[in-house]
Amino acid sequence: MTQSRDAAIVGIHEYPDRDVEGEVSPLQIKASSAAKALEDAGLSWSDVDAIYDAGEGGGMAGLNISEYFGLKPTVINTTGVGGSSYEYHAAQAKRDIAAGKAKVALLTYGSTAHSNAFAIGVGARGGASMHPADNMDSFAGQTLVSNYAMVAHRHMHQYGTTSEQLAEISIATRMHAMRNPEAVRAMEDLEFLDIRETTIEDVVNSRMIADPLHLLECCMISDGGGAVVIASPEVARDCARKPVWILGTGEATKYPENGGDLTVSAAAQSAPIAFGEAGVSAAEMDIAMIYDSFSITVLTILEDLGFCKKGEGGDWVTGGRLRYDRPSDGPALNTDGGGLSSNHPGMRGIFLLIEAARQLRGESTSQVEGAKLAVAHGNGGMLGSRHTAGTIILGGD
Amino acid sequence: MSEQKKTPTRPLPRTDELDTQAFWQATKTKEFKYQQCSSCGTVVWYPRAHCTGCTSGKLEWKTASGRATVYSYSVVRQSYHPFFRNLVPYAVAWIDLEEGPRILSNVVGVDDPLNDVSIGQAVELEWEEHEELCIPLFRPV
Repeated sequence: MTQSRDAAIVGIHEYPDRDVEGEVSPLQIKASSAAKALEDAGLSWSDVDAIYDAGEGGGMAGLNISEYFGLKPTVINTTGVGGSSYEYHAAQAKRDIAAGKAKVALLTYGSTAHSNAFAIGVGARGGASMHPADNMDSFAGQTLVSNYAMVAHRHMHQYGTTSEQLAEISIATRMHAMRNPEAVRAMEDLEFLDIRETTIEDVVNSRMIADPLHLLECCMISDGGGAVVIASPEVARDCARKPVWILGTGEATKYPENGGDLTVSAAAQSAPIAFGEAGVSAAEMDIAMIYDSFSITVLTILEDLGFCKKGEGGDWVTGGRLRYDRPSDGPALNTDGGGLSSNHPGMRGIFLLIEAARQLRGESTSQVEGAKLAVAHGNGGMLGSRHTAGTIILGGD
Repeated sequence: MSEQKKTPTRPLPRTDELDTQAFWQATKTKEFKYQQCSSCGTVVWYPRAHCTGCTSGKLEWKTASGRATVYSYSVVRQSYHPFFRNLVPYAVAWIDLEEGPRILSNVVGVDDPLNDVSIGQAVELEWEEHEELCIPLFRPV
């Protein structure tokens, strides 16, 4: 099977600060990151002809961000599907470039969730909106953490998965975070206590937030953002960095259904499409960048991506398989430190693309020697009810 | 302005939302209504105006027995919501009604939600009364 090489990531930037103390706006984070990602690629503002934005700025976000950047793009895409928006954007940029409608696509993200003190995980989910689903759910007092916790409980019930097994996700990402100076600074700035590598005991002995999820199984709430530049093969050839090719993409949704299986995420639908297009399998992946909002998110998605069978994830992750320094055992997970220990301003999807690209360029702080293939999987919305999945398969040049 | 502090209350659904207002209307008389298509038999939940199983469907309102099981649950230990913060620890659950609908609710009427709620547990509907409507909650049988 011939792999399509229609589009490549040619520029990346992760905004370094996780606490801007209310002195930088989300738009400023987007613009600053865009400029640095374009610089990374050896391109400039005037090269950009396609803009991708999650539209969180409101109904006219596509127009407003174009004006703010000072661009006149001929492709504007404001697909907003939560944390996986950036995987959708990468997929759609690849299609737009392959169709000849764009040459240089710019994806940006900026958020000041920490400065604004959004109580994302344990906050108020009350006051029903006019969406009928919300109008049936909002009386129950479900927090975000408890939404994911219900997936974990069901996984434990169906397959015998344990908290100790889920803790493997947390300690692997923390190990990688401790090697990443930006992640360590993030944890310092966000006043994490006792910043160090963690053990399974640390995780299962940390405070319970919503049974069965403990504090150290939950992501941080930071400020932050970033940018990704995706270009056509012709442009990519002349860029400053080695291109990172988008080999396959898949998108899917999941929502509550009568009799449905809560332990299966939308990744089960998006992954075969993406791997099929790329002509590769999960077993060939050197790197797995998986949206680690919570430990259970990663465990569920590892299974759905096909790294192991449904229900076997607990056994499969046991014994440190996901560490960057054990490449023969399986993929290295979230080598930047993930949302658990490096960066989570609310919609983490863009960082999955950024760190996967770093690995395939050989620039990670937890570099897997000779990494050639990576999967970036974003989950948007809520794993335990309604969510979106975006799977992107990336290959080195 | 009254000096009295308002007691925080459970967030209540809107009764003017067009897809779900008939459901909430029926809770006034403590009836749990759900929809089934008379053409294809699909049980539709949450309530809406069209059948998701076929395009020609006519949805009929039916009344649930109130018999149900806990599909999954979590005991919330921390919430910043003014009402729920005083309720912790409390159990949020996906509840499977005998007739098919899977609904999000609370398991109540237990001394200790940490030990007295379980997956697969048989529960039954009980209503929490409010001025404009009643809220469907579940209690172990």
